[in-house]
Amino acid sequence: MTTMRTETSTGAEEVRPKSALEPLISAENVSYHASGRQILQDISLTVARGETVTVVGPNGAGKTTLLRVLLGLISPTSGRVTSKPHLRIGYLPQKIHIDPVLPLSVNRIMTLTGSFTQEQIQAALEETGVSHLNGQSVFNLSGGEFQRMMLARALLRNPELLVLDEPVQGVDYLGEAELYELIANIRKKYSCSVLMISHDLHVVMSSTDRVICIDQHVCCQGKPQYVCNHTEFQRLFGRQFSESLSVYSHDHDHRHDISGNIQEKNQ
Amino acid sequence: MTLLDDFLWRAIFAGLGIAIVAGPLGCFVVWRRMAYLGDTMSHSSLLGIAMGFLLQINLILAVFVVAALVAILLFLLQRQKQLAADAILGTLAHASLALGVLAISLMTWIRVDLMSFLFGDILSVEISDLYLIYGSGLIVLLVMLKIWKPLLAITANEELARAEGIPSVPLQLIFMLLIALIIALAMKIVGVLLVTALLIIPATAARRFSKTPEQMAVIAVLIGVASVFIGLFTSLEFDTPSGPSIVISIVLFFFLSFILPAPKTYVLR
Repeated sequence: MTTMRTETSTGAEEVRPKSALEPLISAENVSYHASGRQILQDISLTVARGETVTVVGPNGAGKTTLLRVLLGLISPTSGRVTSKPHLRIGYLPQKIHIDPVLPLSVNRIMTLTGSFTQEQIQAALEETGVSHLNGQSVFNLSGGEFQRMMLARALLRNPELLVLDEPVQGVDYLGEAELYELIANIRKKYSCSVLMISHDLHVVMSSTDRVICIDQHVCCQGKPQYVCNHTEFQRLFGRQFSESLSVYSHDHDHRHDISGNIQEKNQ
Repeated sequence: MTLLDDFLWRAIFAGLGIAIVAGPLGCFVVWRRMAYLGDTMSHSSLLGIAMGFLLQINLILAVFVVAALVAILLFLLQRQKQLAADAILGTLAHASLALGVLAISLMTWIRVDLMSFLFGDILSVEISDLYLIYGSGLIVLLVMLKIWKPLLAITANEELARAEGIPSVPLQLIFMLLIALIIALAMKIVGVLLVTALLIIPATAARRFSKTPEQMAVIAVLIGVASVFIGLFTSLEFDTPSGPSIVISIVLFFFLSFILPAPKTYVLR
């Protein structure tokens, strides 16, 4: 099995400054099949330095699979993933289940794959507002505390790219907004890029640079405003809802049926 | 070594060696939810014994080789996603057990005391077995020490560990080989059918008293060591089979762990 994951060469032309446009990770025409079923089809995308990119799409659209391909956890059936050499990634998987039979403290979770000093751990936990949990068992944490701990863990690696798969899962309504705010602050402070999957379209639209709407293939991508008004996006999420998200809404003169064909003209 | 001329001392030393190695390994078996996999591998031991007799090689070595092959086969089968893991495990466990009994019964030229293999036999531990147990046991412990941290990382969350650069496949394979080795080593002490008990019950009993993975491993070792002593002396005193006696001692610790108050600072949800 050959891996499709390659790293860009650090050739002579690569001496340009770390501008806002330096690509950190990109997918080129990535497709993925599993047991005969197409999950991703011909997806291309790039996350550049400093960008916040949000992947949206209905259930089963292949959002998590896309992240896993980008992270190199699975190899694409065709196409390729390119990442900046030695890219430091902080990753928060979708639903982390840790079996209670394995006794782990918050402190221990932080050092599972790396070696960090107690000062570094404490500082990272303070950054995400959960330093008081340092000595506790991970099984006593609430959903929000757990995610903040995992975020602190990702920060320890001093990431250039944060990959977040539905970061507010299991977090209550108030906590959600706070967590998104924290992510935005972290992004500023660490000047890292963020690639996340989110269902929370209101947040997505207000705090992201670029939205990629996928349903196996890329339906549309661009600035939130543009995506909101895109017919494909409206087909997936409902026209009225999409327009309520958009700041500058404008009317389309037609609708699409389920396969995207023009169905009827508006009066 | 006059001390080791006595069968009881040989049994005690063998049991201690096994208990010390089984503690940390057993914790990972429990953490990784591999209890049934351990069972499947130990059920294949009988086939290993048959092979050992047939090829006239050391039985522990033969059992190790067969258990390792079964482990690798399981590993490969589990990578396909169509059949559930427990169905594959059940199939292989019973296939190898039946095949083992069949093979042994067909070899009419040797007399095999099946009971002693199924449930262990303290009398059968020889000095050469002790060398093998302590030699291999040392290797297992050293390898465990070396892979402890990355194995713990993929055990806590494989996806996350892999994303952070931990290679999970080689670690899993190495761990399975270590289990095959301990199963082969423990066979004479507790018998084919009860080997897994030696791995999982001390670890399970240790859970409530442990705050860290390492604590759990150490407590599991202590429980295992105590059970070997209690079990063997019970076996001697009441003329009961050694394997079941040791296992019952471990089970008593397991129930005791529920009765004893757990340390207050550690509440499980």
